[in-house]
Amino acid sequence: MKVLVAVKRVIDANVKVRVKADGTGVETQNVKMSMNPFCEIATEEAVRLKEAGKATEIVAVSLGGAQCAETIRTALAMGADRGIHVQTDVELQPLAVAKLLMAVVEKEQPGLVILGKQAIDDDANQTGQMLSALLGWPQATFASKLVLNDNNTANVTREVDGGLETIEVKTPFIMTTDLRLNEPRYASLPNIMKAKKKPIDALTPEQLGVDPTPRLKTLKVSEPPKRQAGVKVGSVAELVDKLKNEAKVI
Amino acid sequence: MSILVLAEHDNTSLKSATLHAVTAAQKIGGDIHVLVAGSGAQAAADAAAKVAGVAKVLLADDAIYAHALAENVAQLIVGLAANYSHVLSAATVNGKNILPRAAALLDVQQISEISAVESPDTFVRPTYAGNALTTVQSSDKIKVVTVRATAFDAASETGGSAAVEKVASAGDAGLSKFLGQEVQKTERPELTSARIVVSGGRGMQSGENFKMLEEVADKLGAAVGASRAAVDAGFVPNDYQVGQTGKIVAPELYVAVGISGAIQHLAGMKDSKVIVAINKDEDAPIFQVADYGLVADLFTAVPELAKELGK
Repeated sequence: MKVLVAVKRVIDANVKVRVKADGTGVETQNVKMSMNPFCEIATEEAVRLKEAGKATEIVAVSLGGAQCAETIRTALAMGADRGIHVQTDVELQPLAVAKLLMAVVEKEQPGLVILGKQAIDDDANQTGQMLSALLGWPQATFASKLVLNDNNTANVTREVDGGLETIEVKTPFIMTTDLRLNEPRYASLPNIMKAKKKPIDALTPEQLGVDPTPRLKTLKVSEPPKRQAGVKVGSVAELVDKLKNEAKVI
Repeated sequence: MSILVLAEHDNTSLKSATLHAVTAAQKIGGDIHVLVAGSGAQAAADAAAKVAGVAKVLLADDAIYAHALAENVAQLIVGLAANYSHVLSAATVNGKNILPRAAALLDVQQISEISAVESPDTFVRPTYAGNALTTVQSSDKIKVVTVRATAFDAASETGGSAAVEKVASAGDAGLSKFLGQEVQKTERPELTSARIVVSGGRGMQSGENFKMLEEVADKLGAAVGASRAAVDAGFVPNDYQVGQTGKIVAPELYVAVGISGAIQHLAGMKDSKVIVAINKDEDAPIFQVADYGLVADLFTAVPELAKELGK
């Protein structure tokens, strides 16, 4: 079974994001960029399926400007076999990403597409659900465990509000990753070197027949109100007294 | 203008998240209809009919809706959506699972987790773990929106007298099947609607040590939460996680114990009214957002706190 993994380039999770003074977006100049952490988990899961002999090939797809190729290289260094880079400088919103991925899926015919449940930049949590809708495939979102069965089905355990839930889906299907699915590996130096030789195909939205024009217009990006640090208390008794008599919350 | 709000419920009762989504719908303005998709869900529909501001309840009662499988519920929404200017849901796990699927089928770019309504087509939503607030305007004919419950007050559970209208099932897509669940039973309030939350982090060192926090929580009538580190370490189950990609909470009082305060955790709790931090590391970032900070070893401070609250 071929597995397709979608990977997104985002501001690194450890960077303190700053809103631009003119309110048009956030600072990305000279800011460290990385693969979205949930996409790392998606890539890791695909690599583990291949190591277990359940996946035959892993294709890593990223969409966006020239530097997304670096993110694809990261996936290749983790163990993906080849990459597809859909190149565009248009701002991509989840519906457009889903349409572009659908076109790639139709070309590649994978049995499973794994995506992160959410990108830590736009925090939208939509693309996997939208892709499965457009393809008419089942969706197994917020996955913490995947078991592929022999009869063209899979059991996926999902992180839900009250705990865990297990569903059975028919293949082909879409899975989106939650944090407990696995712990992604660090790429080794030899694998990083090897990844440089793996092929990355470039495509454009035009070639895929998709219009990626955004539907949402960003009017303003602003900084949220800042919380001020309060006071340090010297003892538990003082804390309880403040909560009772000053904050009046207990 | 009419607004369809997808109810979060367990067939017998309505979850409070729905009440917050109804308030967001009121801010948009228009007739508010609540869709209850469930199995044996008359009681939940009746509860929805009593919510202040609800004009009509649509009840789709079918065994296929028993576990809110996204493929089936999205299909139901798509069949009803043509009558509405907006489709809303609270940004619960179900809402996040179902609404984007419905949006894509309607060829709509969903607006996720809004924290404010500027106008019927313009909304504010937190991005970058809440470090930026983005105002977006939608050009889509139907607006599909999920709502951050903590950003909107709960609508009153009483005062409404809407009619409950049965709607036909949209049928089983036959793509997925519910097999089972592991749900933690607790007497404590729900994390996302509790008035007080007591959370533990990596500093708790073990799941066993969370009993200390539970004792404090029970004295306060609080829910127990955790940071990602504590969940990843296996101290507590996944549904305890408060943060950017876990649960978003904004209680009257949030007590963070042994939590350093990573950006991703702060994203889930920084809108709490009063924040208390107990940590032995006085440089922990959690103190930068805490109203009351106590630099202390939690293993002495927490039992002392339980004792002090018992007085």
